[in-house]
Amino acid sequence: MAWFLIFLPLTLAALAYWTRSPQLRLRLLPLTAVMHLLGLLVTLLLAALRGWETLPRGVWLGLDALGGWVLLVISVLFCICAFYAPAYLKLRPERDHRIFVACFLVFLGLASLLAQARHPGLVWVAMETTTLTTAPLIYFNHNRHSLEATWKYLIIGSVGIALALLGTLFIAYSAHMGGLSEPLQYVRLMQESHLLSRPWLRAGFVLSLVGYGTKMGLAPLHTWKPDAYGETPGVVGALLAGGVTSCAFLALLRIYAVVAAAGETQFARELLIGFGVLSMAWAMVFMVRQVDFKRMLAYSSVEHMGILVLGIGIGGVATRFALYHLAANALVKGVLFLSAGNINRSYASRQLPFVTGAIRRTPVSGWLFLLGFLAITGTPPFAPFISEFNIAAAAFSQGFVWLGVVFLVLMGCIFLAMSDTVVQVVFGTPNPHRVRTPYKDTAATTAPLLVALGLALILGLWLPRPLEVMLRSASTWVEGKP
Amino acid sequence: MLADFLIALIMLTNFTLVASSRINKTIQVAVTQGVILGLLPLAMGLWRLPHIIFIAVAAVTVKGWLIPYLFRRAMRKVNIKREVEPTIGYSISLILCALGTGLSMVLAHNLPLKAGTPNVIFLPAALSTLFTGFLLLVSRGKAITQVVGYLVLENGIYIFGLLLVEEMPLLVETGILLDLFVGIFVMGIVINHIRVAFDSMDTRHLAELKD
Repeated sequence: MAWFLIFLPLTLAALAYWTRSPQLRLRLLPLTAVMHLLGLLVTLLLAALRGWETLPRGVWLGLDALGGWVLLVISVLFCICAFYAPAYLKLRPERDHRIFVACFLVFLGLASLLAQARHPGLVWVAMETTTLTTAPLIYFNHNRHSLEATWKYLIIGSVGIALALLGTLFIAYSAHMGGLSEPLQYVRLMQESHLLSRPWLRAGFVLSLVGYGTKMGLAPLHTWKPDAYGETPGVVGALLAGGVTSCAFLALLRIYAVVAAAGETQFARELLIGFGVLSMAWAMVFMVRQVDFKRMLAYSSVEHMGILVLGIGIGGVATRFALYHLAANALVKGVLFLSAGNINRSYASRQLPFVTGAIRRTPVSGWLFLLGFLAITGTPPFAPFISEFNIAAAAFSQGFVWLGVVFLVLMGCIFLAMSDTVVQVVFGTPNPHRVRTPYKDTAATTAPLLVALGLALILGLWLPRPLEVMLRSASTWVEGKP
Repeated sequence: MLADFLIALIMLTNFTLVASSRINKTIQVAVTQGVILGLLPLAMGLWRLPHIIFIAVAAVTVKGWLIPYLFRRAMRKVNIKREVEPTIGYSISLILCALGTGLSMVLAHNLPLKAGTPNVIFLPAALSTLFTGFLLLVSRGKAITQVVGYLVLENGIYIFGLLLVEEMPLLVETGILLDLFVGIFVMGIVINHIRVAFDSMDTRHLAELKD
């Protein structure tokens, strides 16, 4: 089953690349997404029935609760994007979508590899290749701006990935110092963590945090993010903000788990909290009076990556809710990026004075954009409220009182900063000089968004029991107990 | 002994890299550095192991032949010779490079190597080469010089990888080869696109996106 999840998208990607029929190619997207999701659900069900037992040490590929949770989030988001993408690509008949569809599918295969990989080297390889496959997606528009965004993404991303490689090698060296030899699967590293050399382990964690943090887009390593998210189609933005970042977060969590198993959490947590608060504050500053609503979403993504690492840094209950937030953020970011893409299509602009009154021009997308904004900033009863509230509560109950206060103040400021832009985009009076475009909301461009928002709502009201068990098992792994 | 000499040579090439204003020369120095590094495992006396011969051959072929070929091809199409007005001047780059090398010594001091490792100079050399790569990446405006910077950064990781290559060949080799492939192949493609779109390779054209 592990191989099925990896090779199904890769095979169909090859088919999408070679086929001459655009209709078939577009149909492959939702088909792959549904098959992948079903395959994943079966795998997860089987693993859940076995009670999420720890996989044997020597296994290279296998789905545990942590990898399963992240892959589930990615697969659901991919499904939503895959049902949306054909309608979007039909709106862009001038652009050839052969490479786009192939890269889109390859990404899913590589994400499955990353989520199931049990070895730091394999995770790194998967992370590196996702950078490669997403670069052509960012370059989809083939103009000067998208080229600039792609160049920044590649250069900054590659440097990040190179640092993560060095971090991986450092951790391998720390095992080498302790007398361990290859293959160093995570379970093995965690079970024999008392042998790891501490200075190398710490240095390795710092490099991995900086490296994978660059791919996640933590401040101050996020500079590629606003450009990349701003210049790509909304559907790619959704996949990047919910998919690629989740992959990088998982890679970081795997390393963190080894550090936690070795009892070095104190130092790691301080770093995570530092990066988390800095990301939130940095994002807030750049969201104030942001005229470009897609760039605003990019900064919102920086902020939520900050919340994720902050949750891990606080630890305890917050770890579980950080993992929960991964799902909440991915779903709502899907809604936001896709509706922003629709609005962008309809106005042929993403700048504020030109885009106003979206609720009259494209009512469904306008409403979804508004609701998505309310959800992501922590309005009940949507899922992000549960995680943000619980992370704040955990900060207070675990003695990080100042951190809790700073977190809440930042959340409040971000709400105000975002609402300024969102209210103008959604309500505002339509600009009389705006460009007329034929775009109208259709079922195909709005139904996937409604599903995503519905899922975020359901998740906020009710977390099914099996998912809760899975989350608990995943967070024990993150805390260093395989 | 020979290995230590080669490493010292690498650390000297770092200084040449940041100080040279002609792009051709920068590329030449980076290629030389790559070839020396390719030969380094043989100088370390690891030539008995077949997979190390393989990685040495791969490194020399890619860094000594493929990369210069790609660079020459890119250079021929755009007529650029000099790195005009780098963000950080050449003399300041030299001073920073020296500081970086000193800092690597301090850092390496805090990371003890396994007792009995003969090549103690590898770690500071790896860190200082890494730092040089960073410096080139942030201080140079031409896309091609930035790729050279990435290559040098990669070389730093390669030096560190050599410390582990005997024990963990698979991890080190896949990592290094894949990283190299990405750097060159993909960035080569993007450079080509930049050239077509702007008729130059200056990444300062790529500065329209900002807040």
